[in-house]
Amino acid sequence: MSDLGDLYQQTILDHNRNPRNFRTVPGANRAAEGNNPLCGDRISLQVRVDGDVIREIGFQGSGCAISKASASLMTGAVQGKTTAEAESLFRAFHDMLAGGPDAPADPTSLGKLAAFAGVRSFPARVKCANLSWHTLHAALQHRAEPVTTESPSD
Amino acid sequence: MLDTAKLRPDFPILARREHGHRLVYLDNAATTQKPRPVLDAVLDYYRTINANVHRGAYGLAVAATEAYEDARKTVARFVNAWAPEAVVFTRGTTESINLVAGSWGRANVRPRDTVVVTAMDHHSILVPWQLLCQEKGATLRMVEITADGRIDLADFAAALERRPKLVAFPYVSNSLGTVNPAAQLARLAHAAGAVVVVDGAQSTPHLRVDVQSLDCDFYALSGHKMLAPMGSGALVAKPALLEAMPPYHGGGEMIERVWDDHSTWNRIPHKFEGGTPNVEAAVGLAAAIVYLDRLGMDRVAEHEQALARTAIERLEQIEGVTVYGPKDHRAGVVPFTYGDIHPHDLATILDRDGICIRAGHHCTQPLMRRLGVPATARASFYVYNDVDDIDALVVAVRKAGELFGVVPA
Repeated sequence: MSDLGDLYQQTILDHNRNPRNFRTVPGANRAAEGNNPLCGDRISLQVRVDGDVIREIGFQGSGCAISKASASLMTGAVQGKTTAEAESLFRAFHDMLAGGPDAPADPTSLGKLAAFAGVRSFPARVKCANLSWHTLHAALQHRAEPVTTESPSD
Repeated sequence: MLDTAKLRPDFPILARREHGHRLVYLDNAATTQKPRPVLDAVLDYYRTINANVHRGAYGLAVAATEAYEDARKTVARFVNAWAPEAVVFTRGTTESINLVAGSWGRANVRPRDTVVVTAMDHHSILVPWQLLCQEKGATLRMVEITADGRIDLADFAAALERRPKLVAFPYVSNSLGTVNPAAQLARLAHAAGAVVVVDGAQSTPHLRVDVQSLDCDFYALSGHKMLAPMGSGALVAKPALLEAMPPYHGGGEMIERVWDDHSTWNRIPHKFEGGTPNVEAAVGLAAAIVYLDRLGMDRVAEHEQALARTAIERLEQIEGVTVYGPKDHRAGVVPFTYGDIHPHDLATILDRDGICIRAGHHCTQPLMRRLGVPATARASFYVYNDVDDIDALVVAVRKAGELFGVVPA
């Protein structure tokens, strides 16, 4: 049986209480909105991409500890990365939670993002952790409609 | 109080263990658990008399039809309907309201007419009117609520000055637990010339309901929130209104004669029951009503209200907890937040102790905006809950506070 401590790790509680990059981004040239209609989680993501490098990223919105901490840690993880690197991180993160083919053999290879490995044992909360990543994916793809976690891809 | 020690063995699901704890089911406003007599009634129906209703010439079909029509009489008696034919079986409150909007609404609401709803309406009673008003070019007027979570009577009166075609409101709010003065609201709305639709999803399971003394025109209810199977429910309406309304769904059963290019309609309520009905649901609903009648609806109401009072008192002793809704005139629904802990996190933490609560907007997003919160946690009680359940709830909520190091919001 998985313990609550596996889900609410200190890193997650810390980023929930003090989210990093919780702001708008001046001169942003990519943006997307994400919604989790069942929970009411909302995220608004702004990105400034320079060439193919994510120079600055910030988010705003409201949600549970998992979705907020995930957005906060994601912004830290992708800043300075190329968009291709961010996308492959998205796949690795997604598959770590879903048990897909791109799941890293060792979650610690994802650095601080490994804090979310425990979410896998709480299926009802997987979409909370994924929301910000789906939103980033949409922002980088220039997709116009708001992202929802109720998409068939989840 | 009801004798829960005697009642609980009637509900097989309550023997389930959840994460090593006994199941503490506090999400009754979402759906209720089913007692053995209801489960048996559904199984017995299929084991002994299953056949298609209203069309077979053989004894089995007659028995199935009798069971279905007896269930209608049972529902009619339970809410003191005008007549058995005042009860149209539906899949639940949502379909009942859509029936009123799609049939009565389409036939009677014109461009620039007004339809009045309230800020505490469930999406199931709000969205059908949004769709109708958009289609017809009519105006939707939302009545505000007071700070303590009641319908604002001054704003209600102001909305009635528009001489609306229709007024819709919940008897009991699913998000706040508020018991609205339904008879008074219906009287005021009628005086303004409106037709009155009452959402009875949260009142029928928990109060003694008398639609004739409420004097509403349409009353919608869901069986699954009152011990009956999912997919059971009814629209209860004044027969004269049903007579005058066009059909809702075309199909078998609802017709009288069918020609190449037109048809005539069966009498009410069959005019609104196109297709093979959900007979097991009707039979299960009747069994649930027999069960509730045996307990006595006045005692059911008293039991839940006592639990809600205790839960509110105990939760409010925890620093940082805010309970929403009025101080009195409320049903067994307790919405709350705890400091800056998001309700979904609370629900996950409580689940680990076997406690089921709802977290979210409860299908009342306009209400959540007015409360100024994205979501609340909601504990809601029914006949099998007792003070032990409240003890478990309070212990787990305190545990969440320790885990998160709560900062009062």
